[in-house]
Amino acid sequence: MTVASQFLIVGERTNITGSPKFAKALKAGDWNECLSVARQQVESGANILDINVDEALIEGEPTMVKFLNLIAAEPDICKVPIMIDSSKWSVLEAGLQCLQGKGIVNSISLKDGEEEFLRRAKLVKRYGAAAVVMAFDEQGQAATRDEKVRICTRAYKLLTGLGFPPEDIIFDPNILTVATGIEEHNNYAVDFFEATKIIKATLPHAKVSGGVSNVSFSFRGNNPVREAIHSAFLFHGIKAGMDMGIVNAGMLSVYEQIPPDLLVLVEDVLLNRRPDGTDRLVSYADSLKAQHGGGSKIELKEDLAWRNATVASRLSHALVKGIDAFIEADTEEARQQFKRPLDIIEGPLMDGMRVVGDLFGAGKMFLPQVVKSARVMKRAVAYLTPFMEEEKRQAVLAGATVRTQGKVLLATVKGDVHDIGKNIVGVVLACNNYEVVDLGVMVSCEKILATAKENGADIIGLSGLITPSLDEMVSVAKEMTRQGFTVPLLIGGATTSHPHASVKVAPQYASGVVHVLDASRVVNVVSALLSPEQKPAFLAEVAAKQQLARTDFEARRVQRKLLTLAEARNRRQKYDWSTIDIPKPELIGTRAYNDVPLQDLVPFIDWGPFFNAWELFGAFPKILEDEKVGVEAKKLYADAQTLLARIIKEKRFRANAVIGFWPCNTVGDDVELYTDEARSKVLGRLHMLRQQAEKQPGQFNLSLADFLAPKDSGRIDYVGGFAVTTGLGVEAFAESFRKQHDDYSAIMVQALGDRLAEAFAEYMHKQARVLSGFGKTEDLSNDQLIREQYRGIRPAPGYPACPEHTEKGTLFQLLDATKATGMTLTESFAMNPASSVSGFYLNHPDAKYFGLGKIGRDQVEDYAARKGMSIEEAAKWLGPSLDESSVGTTAAA
Amino acid sequence: MTTDFEQLFKERIVIIDGAMGSLIQTYGLEEVDFRGDRFKEHHRDLKGNNDLLSLTRPDIIEEIHGRYFAAGADVVETNTFSTTSIAQADYELSGSVITDLNIAAVQCARRAANAAQEKTPGRKCFVAGAIGPLNRTLSMSPDVNRPEYRAVTWNQVVAAYEEQIRALLQGGVDALLVETIFDTLNSKAALFAIEGVFEELGRRVPVMISVTITDASGRTLSGQTITAFYDSVRHAKPFSVGINCALGGAEMRPYIQELARVAECYVSCYPNAGLPNAFGGYDETPDEMAAVLVDFAAQGWLNLVGGCCGSTPEHIAAIAQGMKQHAARKSPSGVHDMRLSGLESLVVASPSSVRSV
Repeated sequence: MTVASQFLIVGERTNITGSPKFAKALKAGDWNECLSVARQQVESGANILDINVDEALIEGEPTMVKFLNLIAAEPDICKVPIMIDSSKWSVLEAGLQCLQGKGIVNSISLKDGEEEFLRRAKLVKRYGAAAVVMAFDEQGQAATRDEKVRICTRAYKLLTGLGFPPEDIIFDPNILTVATGIEEHNNYAVDFFEATKIIKATLPHAKVSGGVSNVSFSFRGNNPVREAIHSAFLFHGIKAGMDMGIVNAGMLSVYEQIPPDLLVLVEDVLLNRRPDGTDRLVSYADSLKAQHGGGSKIELKEDLAWRNATVASRLSHALVKGIDAFIEADTEEARQQFKRPLDIIEGPLMDGMRVVGDLFGAGKMFLPQVVKSARVMKRAVAYLTPFMEEEKRQAVLAGATVRTQGKVLLATVKGDVHDIGKNIVGVVLACNNYEVVDLGVMVSCEKILATAKENGADIIGLSGLITPSLDEMVSVAKEMTRQGFTVPLLIGGATTSHPHASVKVAPQYASGVVHVLDASRVVNVVSALLSPEQKPAFLAEVAAKQQLARTDFEARRVQRKLLTLAEARNRRQKYDWSTIDIPKPELIGTRAYNDVPLQDLVPFIDWGPFFNAWELFGAFPKILEDEKVGVEAKKLYADAQTLLARIIKEKRFRANAVIGFWPCNTVGDDVELYTDEARSKVLGRLHMLRQQAEKQPGQFNLSLADFLAPKDSGRIDYVGGFAVTTGLGVEAFAESFRKQHDDYSAIMVQALGDRLAEAFAEYMHKQARVLSGFGKTEDLSNDQLIREQYRGIRPAPGYPACPEHTEKGTLFQLLDATKATGMTLTESFAMNPASSVSGFYLNHPDAKYFGLGKIGRDQVEDYAARKGMSIEEAAKWLGPSLDESSVGTTAAA
Repeated sequence: MTTDFEQLFKERIVIIDGAMGSLIQTYGLEEVDFRGDRFKEHHRDLKGNNDLLSLTRPDIIEEIHGRYFAAGADVVETNTFSTTSIAQADYELSGSVITDLNIAAVQCARRAANAAQEKTPGRKCFVAGAIGPLNRTLSMSPDVNRPEYRAVTWNQVVAAYEEQIRALLQGGVDALLVETIFDTLNSKAALFAIEGVFEELGRRVPVMISVTITDASGRTLSGQTITAFYDSVRHAKPFSVGINCALGGAEMRPYIQELARVAECYVSCYPNAGLPNAFGGYDETPDEMAAVLVDFAAQGWLNLVGGCCGSTPEHIAAIAQGMKQHAARKSPSGVHDMRLSGLESLVVASPSSVRSV
């Protein structure tokens, strides 16, 4: 649930007059495109969707109904309330009959007289919607402050007299176009602000909204000026009490970032401060146009005007914009002016970072920008550090105690090597002036806790990506309790989750366990935890949410139904093995591929996850054109291309791989691998797991073993294995950037390493299919390859179809992977270096990926016997898949 | 003027009855019982259409109501869950029979209420008109390939509900209970119809609303969270909102808690007797079911409590007994937050809202 404490954005792009793209799609009947516009609005942060299909050539009622019904089938869109917008009552009413949620009608007014107004209001109430009420009456549209207030007050009295809830009245006191050249229009914005103030003060619980784009109509085609006007208008509107606005969120610039000369001109117009305001803004706009050769697509070119400002504002500007070109010179200049180096950090630098933090928190800035800002911050701090140390030395000599900021200890837990997310968190914290002690990857519990004590850490943060790390975090929490720690524990990383933290970790440690979803949340969390005033309430809230998650978990647990392993095996996928095509690979045994040229891998890169790593979400390449994040995504992509070219040219990473194929048969859910096709000698054994969830008739309880021929079928089958890495060299190259305080590039290096490793896996899989025969006739585009539209699969141990990690040990032995590639396995069976992939090749024509889901205690016991492990050990490795209720029953028995 | 019904809620936690269908089953009725005289010649099989029994075996329906009153229920629901022209279309029944069935059902319940009041002088027994969810939904398409398609229109749903509501009011119910809601839009149509009939007849009765949370996702079948649901029906100024069916009490806990937090009216809860077992039956004993609900009462979450599928007069007796030691929830008043919703809730708190309990 969202409780809005701030301004609500009503997305205007699904308004036919608000978006040419939407208008075109709607007219063409391209409903998918219409839905994608709606989805984009929600994704880019619209709190409410305005939907308007008023157009001469469109039949309003059925179009509104169809679109709303389509939206109702899209949970990621219809999670937000809908504002049905039309000038025709019949369209509004048709729309009201389609909304299961509580929406808003936009609009009703006194235009057609009191009787009609009341009739409609009564219906809106009966349908259960809120209403936008226009400041419009029988005489027309209210333009002046007094008219606006008079009409709104009259409407308010009529509505509340009818029993219409006052909180469901949203006044639209008309945002009218300014700077038209007509003198009477000059005060329109002021009229709106003042009317808003009076309405909010005198008409209890009523809200104020407005269509913001209207105000800047005079400057059509000049987006920089329009954006500045919108931002400044909202700034003053919100101050006056505006609760929501119909806007294009993507077209808003930040008030603080409007160039100061432009802001003055804009505010002169909006606030009607001088009679020649319009002329001055128009001539500024014209000069801007002339400067850029006219046309509708004018962008404000980056200029160096900001260099003329004071050094303090230059520092802040550089931080907000992420410009590091002048940072050291500016820092030095500031050092001459300020008394102490710390004053610069706590003054202009922190001011800048606070702006960044606020914008990031509000979703107005994106992670790559933040990391770039952090790079600037780090450079400035690095420049000042020697001066501060000198100062500290002097102070200590003089007998003073040195004040410490909050200290956060970060570590990727034992057995795990993944640290991109943790590094991002470290950067974000560091640039918010927290002291970060980063212990790196594969850090043992003892070391984490010893270092925490030694350094007096105020908070400990644990990160991990692979599933065994979840257990390791639980162990750390237990150990913290045993050792009597009282500092809060943060949990983060891709496989961590609120339910896991609630059910598994929090009960182990009473001094506060907080799951941090992503880097954007971490500053709020840490600052709340370090504030003695906020901390108790914050932890209480977290504890309450965790209790809820535990209750929820309990509820789910009861519901889950598992088959016995015997039943599940009975319901395996069965094939007529006499007819299945089993290709014989050209390669029997293993083959190493060392130093594969990196440029050969580039076409196989799937860029989508790259953007995810930076917390930019959307499909590639569409994300580059995305309304909200597109600009940043493009910059990021360009930076990535530059760095990638450098990595290739300088041969920074090595790409090594080994693959193999072996004759095999299944025996039950085990796969027996043989030294040769005579199948006389067993080379090794893979142990597959089987789904145990109750399935619909016609569906099977799958195991990867189902895709390989059973021993009693009389056929020989072949299973493959692979281990690939592009990680050798990644860490060294990333470290070289960190040394220069350039975490942005360091993180980029790691992210590219991961992408290349995945691309390499795709590349080698193609070789493997060729070696298997059927790949020779394959004719697929790179895109189709990335979407895996080929025969065969390459499931990886530790992933959903075979989630048990120790099988990687068997795989590495079979491939002699360490010797062939230089990759090793940690005690948690994570691959080192991090940018590595390993798995099996299965060539069965029907082979597909699936998720194991929950399994029962009986399968754990069976698996333990097959693997020659103790039941406890098997249960540990299978932990995340194990159905908790079945643990309980056996433990009790 | 406060009616006896409203007064009871001010005094204590009110008890509503349990399942009707599972009790009917114990009578081992045959096709001939369902048909009676009225439907002797009907061209479709009618066995299983429980709502017909209000006309064809009123003795049984009255007896079941009586057993619930005897167990301690203050309110029973009329046997009208599916007595709308849309639901009865499955049996090809329509026309005046809908009105007749609704009125007969109210009369069965009223006779049982009167009998119970006579037996214990001073006791007040009430009848709530049950309005079910329909077998066609307004916000979901039955055809996955045509997500924009709807099997029924708003106006059809409103008309069907209006017909039922008129008859229930004519029969003389003390309240209306729109229940087992799995599609909020259907319930909004029912509330729309109720408002229309109230205006038409010039009188009102309390409107109670009860939604079904389908599973541990915490959502209705049509995807709303419990809070979003509340936001969507708040405009009807409900007398009570609550949750029934699909889940047992234990599974309902977080949703009742949330509803008790937000609702500006009374809160009701009548869960199933646990989750269905492998045979579709319900295993929770009266004591087990009561223990869960008593805990809710102890938390101060409840105003109206009872049972749904699988619950029996024994369950209701245990619940009624357990509630005696607990006070009813107090509703907040004077809250003027703007509450909007899609599948999720969006609340704009009014700065001048004063929450007082």
